[in-house]
Amino acid sequence: MVYDFSELSGMQLDILREIGNIGSGNAATALAQLLNAKIDMNVPQVNILPFAEVPALVGGADLHVVGLFLVATGSAPASILFLLPVDKACLLVDMLMGKEWGKTDPTNLSDMDFSALMELGNIICATYLNALAVFTQLDFRPSVPALGIDMAGAILNAVLAQFGAVADHVLVLETEFKRDEQEIVGHFFLLPEPGSLDVILASLGVSL
Amino acid sequence: MSKIIQVGMADYKMATAPDKLITAGLGSCIGICLYDKVIKLGSLTHIMLPSSSQAKNASNEAKFADTGIKLAIREMEKNGAQASRLLAKIAGGAQMFKFSGESDIMKIGERNSVAVKENLQLHRIKLLSSDTGGNYGRTIIFDPETGDLLVKTIGHGERII
Repeated sequence: MVYDFSELSGMQLDILREIGNIGSGNAATALAQLLNAKIDMNVPQVNILPFAEVPALVGGADLHVVGLFLVATGSAPASILFLLPVDKACLLVDMLMGKEWGKTDPTNLSDMDFSALMELGNIICATYLNALAVFTQLDFRPSVPALGIDMAGAILNAVLAQFGAVADHVLVLETEFKRDEQEIVGHFFLLPEPGSLDVILASLGVSL
Repeated sequence: MSKIIQVGMADYKMATAPDKLITAGLGSCIGICLYDKVIKLGSLTHIMLPSSSQAKNASNEAKFADTGIKLAIREMEKNGAQASRLLAKIAGGAQMFKFSGESDIMKIGERNSVAVKENLQLHRIKLLSSDTGGNYGRTIIFDPETGDLLVKTIGHGERII
């Protein structure tokens, strides 16, 4: 099993990047359709980071964000986390619910707003997983998404804690979504469990 | 000039007054502040998990409640603190996600705070105050000069414990 991510070769990293690319490409399309807006994404970054450095990826541990998190079980278990700044998330809710622009109050979200965010997360994450499943021929069974609205660091450490027992580093496939090429809409993370990397890579014929 | 020293996730740092220690975005993790008020030496350990005993990789002591507290005591003693004078304040251990269904990871915050309290007791360190639980994140700043622990949140106020 891969515990030490530094063992990965350049080619394997390229393949992981491609997986991130396919998954987030599909998720970006789903988001664009939901919002009826042009969503750009960068080439996904494959980062192998100590836990302490992960919050910096999204703009610091203090940043107020909405986190949508789900666990995919199956032959290659992984976690998926979609983080977006609270103000952006509220605009998405406005759009989804057909409310006036800026109407959703981040400090006072209604049950309906929560449901809308959950649904948004569900669609984006499921699209990502679907693309992954088609590409790897593996089955990924998503859990019901969980929703957290708070400091980015707080949300990340709740997610990262489950990797803490086996690793000091986490492999993160990160994609940045942008609207109209500038405004950051969100960050997408795929966090494969250590044993899952072997399964994913083997399914694509590049086993370790 | 006083500094504010950053402590990351699964990290440990020490500071002498007037310097302060900060850790941002505690979720299910817990920030354990120990201090010796005679020499105004403080430490902040940002633990992620309750116990190193179930871990496949326990090389980073600051990651676990049990080894994190031992590490802090050992390092502080090296710098002139006396274990018998150490006092503790803790914050964090929240449950960050609204979840339907049950999952172990959702209870990590609670397990962390139980483990931290048990380990403090084991080392006979008095827990002066704590701010744990809830479903929100915390940023904490610890001042070894006064022993004040400032807890900041989003939407759940600010307090000194």
